[in-house]
Amino acid sequence: MEYFLTEQQKTTKNLARRIAEERVLPVRAELDEKEEFPWAIMKDLADADMFRVFIPEEYEGLGGGCLDLCLVVEELSRVCSGVAISYAATALGCSSLLEYGTEEQKRKHLPDVASGGRLTAFALTEATAGSDVSAIRTTARREQGGYVLNGTKQFITNGGEAEIYTVIALTSPERGIRGASAFLVEKDTPGFTFGNKEKKMGLRASATRELIFRNCLIPEENIIGREGMGFVMAMRLLDRSRPGVGAQAVGLAQGALEATVDYARQRIQFGHPIISLQAVQLMLADMAIAVEAARLLVYSVAKTIDSGEKNFTEEAAMAKVFASDTAMKVTTDAVQIFGGAGYMRDYPVEKMMRDAKITQIYEGSNEALRTAIAFELRKRKARRE
Amino acid sequence: MNIVVCLKQVPDTTDIKIDPQTNTLVRQGIKNIVNPFDTYALEEGVRVKERYGGRVTAISMGPAQAEEVLREAIATGADDAVLLSDGAFAGADTLATAYTLARAINKLEQYDVIICGRQTIDGDTGQVGPELAEMLKLSFVAYVSKIDEISNGYMRVKRMIEDGYEVMETPLPAVLTVVKEINVPRLPSLRGLTKAKSAVIPVWTAQELGVDNNMVGLSGSATRVIEIFFPQRVRCGEIFQGELESQVSRLVDKLREATIV
Repeated sequence: MEYFLTEQQKTTKNLARRIAEERVLPVRAELDEKEEFPWAIMKDLADADMFRVFIPEEYEGLGGGCLDLCLVVEELSRVCSGVAISYAATALGCSSLLEYGTEEQKRKHLPDVASGGRLTAFALTEATAGSDVSAIRTTARREQGGYVLNGTKQFITNGGEAEIYTVIALTSPERGIRGASAFLVEKDTPGFTFGNKEKKMGLRASATRELIFRNCLIPEENIIGREGMGFVMAMRLLDRSRPGVGAQAVGLAQGALEATVDYARQRIQFGHPIISLQAVQLMLADMAIAVEAARLLVYSVAKTIDSGEKNFTEEAAMAKVFASDTAMKVTTDAVQIFGGAGYMRDYPVEKMMRDAKITQIYEGSNEALRTAIAFELRKRKARRE
Repeated sequence: MNIVVCLKQVPDTTDIKIDPQTNTLVRQGIKNIVNPFDTYALEEGVRVKERYGGRVTAISMGPAQAEEVLREAIATGADDAVLLSDGAFAGADTLATAYTLARAINKLEQYDVIICGRQTIDGDTGQVGPELAEMLKLSFVAYVSKIDEISNGYMRVKRMIEDGYEVMETPLPAVLTVVKEINVPRLPSLRGLTKAKSAVIPVWTAQELGVDNNMVGLSGSATRVIEIFFPQRVRCGEIFQGELESQVSRLVDKLREATIV
C-alpha cells in the first residue's frame, strides 16, 4: 500500500521499526513479566532522536507532526504496546505546552523533552472523574506567588517516571468545569508525591501511578493558557492525541496478525499447516482488511490535523474507536487461531490481547467517543451542513 | 583527539551461499552489512570523541557500494568518511589492504587513535589491524575491551587475553583492535541519517594516494586463495563390546593414544 509518506517520514518509520526489533523485541516478554519501566529503551529512543519527532525545529525538534508521531508509536506498538505508550505519553504530556504554552515556557522545557532528557505526563483523570471529566475535584488555590494544588490524580501514565506533568485542576471550583485550568508541575516540587504503581492487565512495561498533591505550591508562571481554559484545552489536546492511540492499536493488531500468519504456516493439524484451512484463511483475511482500514483512517486523520484543519473532534474519535475495536478483535482472533498455545505466555499474542483492551477504554472510552460522534452528527444536521 | 575508524563492508553471513561450481561466495542478492566487529570500533571511536572531543573519520576500502557503510557510520556518529576505491585495489589480501589503509591514514595527516574491529566475519584473519600498525610504525594493542583513560599522549587500555585480561599503557598515536565486549553500538539517529544522506564522501583512488601499484590489490598481495572448500566431516564411531572391564581398559588406551588423557 502506498501511504504517501514523505522521505523523512519513511526514514522515521524504518528507524522506529529497527529500534523495536533490535532493542524492544529481545526484552518485551521480560518487561511484561517484571512490570519494569523500559528506561534503557527510552534512552535508545532519545539517542535516535525519536523524542524530537513531534517537537518544532525552533525548540530543537525535527518539526514533524501528528502523523510522524503516529508512525513511531505504530512501529513500537507492533512489538510492545507498553513501550509505545511510555513514549507516546510524553507527546501528550507536552502537547499542552506546544499548543498553549508561552514562548518562555516552550524555550524552558521543550528542548529537554526533545532530547529525551525529561519525560512528561498528562493528568486529568481522578477517582470520581473518568468519562465524566466535570467531576474532577483537584483544586488550585491562588495565593501569594503562585497556586496551591490539592487533590489526587488517578491512573496517570508515566506517573513517577516523568519529570514534567500537565495537571488539570479547578481554580474556581464554584464555576465547575468552566473553572478548570491547566498547570505545569515539575517532579520534586514539595507537596507532590506519587501513589503505588498500579498492577495492570496489560501495558505492563508502562508505569501508571496516582499523583498526590498536598499543599503543593507552584509558581504563578506555571499556569498553561488562561484560568478557566483548562477543560477546553484538555478536550482539544485529547482530540489531537487520539490518532496516536489509534496508531498504537494499529501497531498492536499488525503485530498480532504477523505472528498469527507465521504460526498458521507452521502449525500442522490434520496433516497440513492450519493456514490451508479455509476457516483460518477467512479469519486472517478479515484481520488483514481491518488492520489496513484502521491504518488508513488513522493516517488520514493525522494528515488532516497536520494540514492545519481546526475541527477534527469527530474524525479523531472515529480513528481511535475503529482502530481500538480492530485491535481487540484482531488480537482475540489471533489467540483463537493459535489455540491453546496462544493462551500460553510462550507466544506473544496473549500479551497483545491483554494490551489491546485498554485502547478501547482510555483517552475517551469508545462509548463516550461514539456519543461524541453522534453529537457532531446531530449538530451538523441542525446546522443543515 | 583525531580518531580514525576502519570499516569493511561484508556479506551478511546469516545468509551465506557458496557457488558449488566456482567455490566462491555467491554475492548476488546477498545483503551487505558493516562488518559487525567494526561497529564496536566505530562506537568506541564516537565514545572517545564524546569524552575527549575531536573528530571521528571513518575509512573503508572497497567497491563503490562500500560507500553505504560509510553513510551508516556518519548516521551513527562519525564526522567524516573517506572511501578508498580503485580497480587497482581489487583482490587485495590483508597485507595489500593494510598498505592501502596506511597510505590513506598518512594522507589524513592528523590522527591520535586508529581503531579497527578484531577481525572481519568474511576473511576472519584479524591481520589488518596489526599490519596497519606495523606500516604506520605505531604501537599496537589487540583485543581491547576497555579504554580506561587517555591523557598526556598516553592511553591506558584493558585487553582480553585467553585466561583473563591485561592493562596496558601505550603512547599515542596508537592502533587498537577491539572486541565486542567493549560496548553496545548505538543505532543511527534521525539527525545522523539526514546528515548521512547529504554527506559528501570523497573517493581516494590509487593515484590520489600515490601508491605503488605493485603493493596494492592482487599484485600487492603476498597470499593467493587457491581453493575454497567445505571441510569434510568425518565421523567414525567405534562400539566396544565384551566384558565391561575390558571395554574400559580399551577406552583408556584409546584416549591415551589420542593424547587426551
